[in-house]
Amino acid sequence: MSQTTLERPAPAAEPAHAARPKRRLGGGTLLFIYTWLVILWLIVPIFVMIAFSFNDTKGRYNQEWQGFTFKWYGKIFEIEDLTKALWTSLIIAVISSLLSGALGTGIGYALGRYRFRGSGTLNLIMFATISSPELIMGASLLSLFVSLALGLGAVTITIAHVMFSISFVATIVRARVVTLDRSIEEAAADLGASAWTTFWKVTFPIILPAVFSGVLLAFALSIDDFVVTNFTAGSVTTFPLWIWGSTRVGLPPQVNVMGTLIFAVGVLIAVITNIRSRSGKRG
Amino acid sequence: MSANISDPSLLRGMTQRRFGRRDALRLSGLAGLGAALAACGVQGKGTPGASAAPDAVEKFWAGKAKTNKIDFANWPLYMDPKHPELKKFTAETGIEVNYQEVIQEMGPWFAKVQPQLAAGQSIGYDLMVITNSFQFSQFRDSGFLAPLDHSKLPNYTKNADPAYAKEAFDPGNVYSVPWASGMTGIAYDPDKVGRKLTKLADLWDPAFKGKVGMFSDTQELGNFGLLALGIDPAKSTSDDWQKAADHLKEQKKAGIVRKYYDQSYVDALGKGEVWITQAWSGDIFQKNLSENRNFEFFVPEEGGTIWTDNMTIPITAKAPVDAITLIDFFYRTDVAATLAEYINYVAPVPSAKEQIIKDAAKLSGADKTAMEAIANSKLVFPSAAEYAKLHYYVSFEAASEQQAFQKTFEPIVLG
Amino acid sequence: MDRVKRQLAPYFLVLPGGLWLLLFFAIPMIAMLSLSLQQGDIVNGYQFTFHWQNYTDAIDSYHTQLIRSLIYGAVATIFLIVLAFPVAYWIAFYGGKRKSTYLFLLLLPFFVSFVLRTISWRQILTDDGPVLKPLKEIGLLSDSYHILGTPAAVIGGLVYNFLPFMVLPIYVALERIDPRVVEAARDLYANPATAFRKVILPLALPGVFAGVLMSFVPVSSDYVNSEVLGSSSTTMIGQVIQAQYLVNSDYPTASALSFILMAVLLVGIFAYARALGTEDVMKVAAR
Repeated sequence: MSQTTLERPAPAAEPAHAARPKRRLGGGTLLFIYTWLVILWLIVPIFVMIAFSFNDTKGRYNQEWQGFTFKWYGKIFEIEDLTKALWTSLIIAVISSLLSGALGTGIGYALGRYRFRGSGTLNLIMFATISSPELIMGASLLSLFVSLALGLGAVTITIAHVMFSISFVATIVRARVVTLDRSIEEAAADLGASAWTTFWKVTFPIILPAVFSGVLLAFALSIDDFVVTNFTAGSVTTFPLWIWGSTRVGLPPQVNVMGTLIFAVGVLIAVITNIRSRSGKRG
Repeated sequence: MSANISDPSLLRGMTQRRFGRRDALRLSGLAGLGAALAACGVQGKGTPGASAAPDAVEKFWAGKAKTNKIDFANWPLYMDPKHPELKKFTAETGIEVNYQEVIQEMGPWFAKVQPQLAAGQSIGYDLMVITNSFQFSQFRDSGFLAPLDHSKLPNYTKNADPAYAKEAFDPGNVYSVPWASGMTGIAYDPDKVGRKLTKLADLWDPAFKGKVGMFSDTQELGNFGLLALGIDPAKSTSDDWQKAADHLKEQKKAGIVRKYYDQSYVDALGKGEVWITQAWSGDIFQKNLSENRNFEFFVPEEGGTIWTDNMTIPITAKAPVDAITLIDFFYRTDVAATLAEYINYVAPVPSAKEQIIKDAAKLSGADKTAMEAIANSKLVFPSAAEYAKLHYYVSFEAASEQQAFQKTFEPIVLG
Repeated sequence: MDRVKRQLAPYFLVLPGGLWLLLFFAIPMIAMLSLSLQQGDIVNGYQFTFHWQNYTDAIDSYHTQLIRSLIYGAVATIFLIVLAFPVAYWIAFYGGKRKSTYLFLLLLPFFVSFVLRTISWRQILTDDGPVLKPLKEIGLLSDSYHILGTPAAVIGGLVYNFLPFMVLPIYVALERIDPRVVEAARDLYANPATAFRKVILPLALPGVFAGVLMSFVPVSSDYVNSEVLGSSSTTMIGQVIQAQYLVNSDYPTASALSFILMAVLLVGIFAYARALGTEDVMKVAAR
């Protein structure tokens, strides 16, 4: 496909407004309603999940609405194995996001900064990890682990999570490195800074936001992963695996509470980083 | 030869990978170790009785000490959620029990822990309750089960129903002792179904199209296919299996089967997803009790199956001494009685019945009637007439036979 | 010396991550290939015997599920385009200052665990649930009517879970279009429909292609939606592979099936990748 992409108009020009005079009101309104209907549809299950975290259910099972209560928020950690599963998930997510952050930054920086042999192959492998089905990645990892009789557990889950996160981090970092103004680095070198100092004092701070969002994405991918984890977990239980297992006998309200809190924290982080990056751009 | 086969340390030696460079290069895994066993051509046939046990038992138990903490893997609906028995145990022995309802079907459980056990790793559990399905043989024949030291099981020796020691899957209870037995029958929602059901054929009734649940466990499913055709599973041949599979396929093709379930069938019944389903005897009783429902359970006229769930210690357990102490604790008459009172499965301790009657005598009113009902329940203490309707699982002489059985019924579940 | 260092620098940077991808992405594929040609059983072990029959057996037994998965994948992808295009279009051209807010709203489901949001649908649509029960009670629906367990429920779940994978690439493509071009086109063609067809659609097409690529693959290999929302007649190939690995421990069949699925999907991916250029797809994927 040829590059048909046109130069992006300067964002300050508010391009959407420029197009407005030609807009047909009817079509726009219809699309507006359509978009909102889609958004509503997307939110319905989230709403149900949140609502049922406040359900005053009598037994362990949380199926029918029985009145409003806050009590499950007080009893959030009452199911020991669920709490343990959540902790397992958090620990794996922290370790795997930091590791894939480090490894992915290396690849992303190299790909963005240098031309070298093998970069094509690397690009292809990264593309493959991003686009191959999770099922296949999980299945092949399990095949490897059983073939080597390595056993399964938290370590194999972490290995898997790092594997599928690296490429995402690398892609994000590379995008930032490519737009890097080389003259700043050259200036530092001219002033007598070693390559090492230049990197840490000049380049790294500039690409840090990209590394940070890469790590954040890796964290999110890890904590939510079910498919690959299911294949590499053995008898270890993570948060999504615990939910999967207990759906068969009925989900306790604590799951909804935790889901709601994770949702809230995730939204909060997203909003904060969004605001910060915006104000950063303005400044 | 049978002595060799059932020697767990030998089996373990054979199944464990000796990790070498060549292996790493070949990456073909698991290969090679089969040759030795295949040469014998036997898979856990013979009698793993006393002949093999003494040495193996000694070897396993030598140097094992109490750790005061057990991780216990069991099925859902298999203990009062408040765990009164475990609390009593901890109070008496100081051993903490981490009880987890992580087993919902035998296949997934075996597949989940197999790689860890094959690598000689702890699976995180010191005690697990597994059914006498073919996965039981897989566990045993892979050398994954610790041989039990019967000198540490005084209550079992005194109280266990001797019939269990004769069961074919583990004669002499070398690797396992029963947790409970139960029946596979049919459960239904009388409000939805609108009539009294007594037959296996009801599972094939087109009136319940899309509202029938069957088990995804190939043995459970296959058994019912066989029984529906009047074939005794224990005596069935591979031709019979094919016939049964065809019968089950018809049921599926007609859109009668909603889904093939593991333990989740109880939830599906509760939600009204299915109206009639294959079921395990005690589950329904508990569901009714805990959620105030009135589902019915029956053993079909054409027959049902009987199975035994067994307490076993994985070979890599970190706390085997504590685990065997807990195993024996469940063979105390009083403990067996309270457990049976709650779970409504067949207790392996006959004296529990008198205990339940005694307990009932202390109560009054509705509680008393309920308790007496349990003591006289055909589900907890089946009568001779009930037993006559019950069949054992298909037994497999060789691994290839078991595989053939699985391949016959698997495509139905995975269709 | 310094020049050598500079030349080696990229390799040092790439080495740890590259090695990780080699060890845990590329080599596992080889392990799986090996496993797919082995014979035996889980107790006695599997042996490498070039047992190609695993492949023919797998196709014989499970081609229905494979074809079904591709059909579900295709239908879901079509629904995804139909749902996503107008939304992306509206946000790109009418979103004004709130573009990122709308995109954020579309991404909200991603802040809830994949498993949990699928289960949530099950709770909503269950046979005696909040949607169907009232309709059954007033007699609008028969007592045995159900949504769960039907192909519609499974495809609905798939569309729900993968919508952002389609909206974002289309949005990115549309957003790049200079509104002045659209304006010029409208001046030229006068008819807005023609302007849309001749100018906007061709420019948006790469986004649609990328969206198809990013959603068709995960959708047709998914097993969670069909497991949670489906029935015995909606089994997808992902469920079969999952079960062969994690229920029956039949690794050879499972591996063979995985390769068959991968082959089918890879042919598609590479055809698309060729058409688009890997770089472009990855850029979109990184959004």
